[in-house]
Amino acid sequence: MTTVGNLPGSSFYSVESSVALADLAQASTLGGRLEELRGASVVIAVQDQLTAALLLIELDGVAGRIVLCPPDLPDHHLTEVVRTAAADALVHDGSGVEPDALGAVKRIAASTPLTKTDALRRQSVETEWVLLTSGTTGAPKLVAHTLASLAGSNARAPTALEHCVWSTFYDIRRYGGLQIYLRAVLGRVSLVLSSAKEPVVDFLSRAGAIGVTHISGTPTHWRRALMSGAAQRIAPRYVRLSGEIADQGLLDNLRSVYPNARVVHAFASTEAGLAFDVEDGKAGFPANLLDRPPAGVELKVQDGTLRIRGVRNANRYLGEAAPTLVQSDGYVDTGDMVELQSGRYYFVGRKGGVINVGGLKVHPEEVEAVINTHPRVRMSLVKARKNPITGAIVVAEVVMKGDGGPAPDPGTTQTLTQEIIDSCRRALPAHKVPAMVRIVPALEVSASGKLVRPGA
Amino acid sequence: MTVRSTIVEQFQEVAKEQKRKLAPLTDGLALLDSGLDSLSFAIIVARLEEVLGFDPFNAGEVVDFPLTFGDFVRLYETASATR
Repeated sequence: MTTVGNLPGSSFYSVESSVALADLAQASTLGGRLEELRGASVVIAVQDQLTAALLLIELDGVAGRIVLCPPDLPDHHLTEVVRTAAADALVHDGSGVEPDALGAVKRIAASTPLTKTDALRRQSVETEWVLLTSGTTGAPKLVAHTLASLAGSNARAPTALEHCVWSTFYDIRRYGGLQIYLRAVLGRVSLVLSSAKEPVVDFLSRAGAIGVTHISGTPTHWRRALMSGAAQRIAPRYVRLSGEIADQGLLDNLRSVYPNARVVHAFASTEAGLAFDVEDGKAGFPANLLDRPPAGVELKVQDGTLRIRGVRNANRYLGEAAPTLVQSDGYVDTGDMVELQSGRYYFVGRKGGVINVGGLKVHPEEVEAVINTHPRVRMSLVKARKNPITGAIVVAEVVMKGDGGPAPDPGTTQTLTQEIIDSCRRALPAHKVPAMVRIVPALEVSASGKLVRPGA
Repeated sequence: MTVRSTIVEQFQEVAKEQKRKLAPLTDGLALLDSGLDSLSFAIIVARLEEVLGFDPFNAGEVVDFPLTFGDFVRLYETASATR
């Protein structure tokens, strides 16, 4: 991955600082210790996102394996990651890494500001890029990619003809964020990094001031942006969604807030990689996409879930007891359930998230999609509630638009919950209608920008 | 409101929502003949837990499933008294 050469105006922007990519040719984030890591397995365990962004550029083509840890990875998981990845070295930025637990692993402190180096960076290795994804037990799974599988066609994308500034709500150490990072670096355009500690309003103001044109996030990120009241501080040409089901209500909302932008939702997972984009303004994807998928990708639906085979797949999980990532037919099972309706496939939910109401199945996401079409609803979370009669029933928590003000009076709340239940009743069979709806001020969102679901 | 009247109110509301014709609620009415299905009962039990603050089916001991409306009310009245 080469970024050297003339890159006028192309920079990474973080909350505190910015780095011009052209300066990276003669600078090191590793205090000049890059050669020690040639061919090595290197774990990047820094807190600062910009530091991680710079380390990736420096280490690609030199390290044998790079393991990208998200910030705030608990120590016991980090120890496990170091062991599973057979790490030779760990790069940290001085915060919270317990040295004793890591044994003989070489520890290198990332240097910021950058140190000047005259050494010409020689690329000799096809570096394995390893991302972490959360398994159901909480311990992360290590997913091995290469730059080719991560970047796909972006690796050969021409430099953008028009002025282009990318940004993402995601941390770039997650698959969704890493995609955007690679688009920016390989496309040689600027990237505005977000920060977990920065309020949404401030991020949107900062991104708007820098002139972001292309921006990506999960549907939950986007709902929070819309809820912040600051959505129009940015004027993007391209609005991208991935990581969760993009429901029709949200797509319509975004088109009305950003009428001059292309609104695109992408289907991807850390294991399957990027599969396809949908730009027709509708949720789901057309059924004929299965017969005419994008180049390098094959799609099929089997046992109700979407499966993907192609150049963007990861190779495998690392670790001795690791589960199979790719099935024997070469396809990755995404675990996302789809349903065909009138020539279009709709995402109805995660396979493991099904609610069982007296033997009848309900996907939380399909109920949320209906609730989210109510004009006063910002976002919702549908869950199972244990029930002695049917095993479980469906209940919903709802965040209303315009929150931040005083709580609505009980009369208004009751009307709203009744309206929500009524609209569900019109759109869904009885067992899928929430038995109770509660208005809440906020819903818990994970570090990767997705709604936290019970038992997920 | 008494426990009984709260229960009656929930039966009536849920029957209306689920568009079911509710049989007259006498103590001797067999629940299977009430006009309500299991989903309706499930919703009633959930809503009663919200309103009354307890679920007698989940009290810890094995519960004899109520067969009549009277059984159902007694179950809740007993649970309410022992809280």
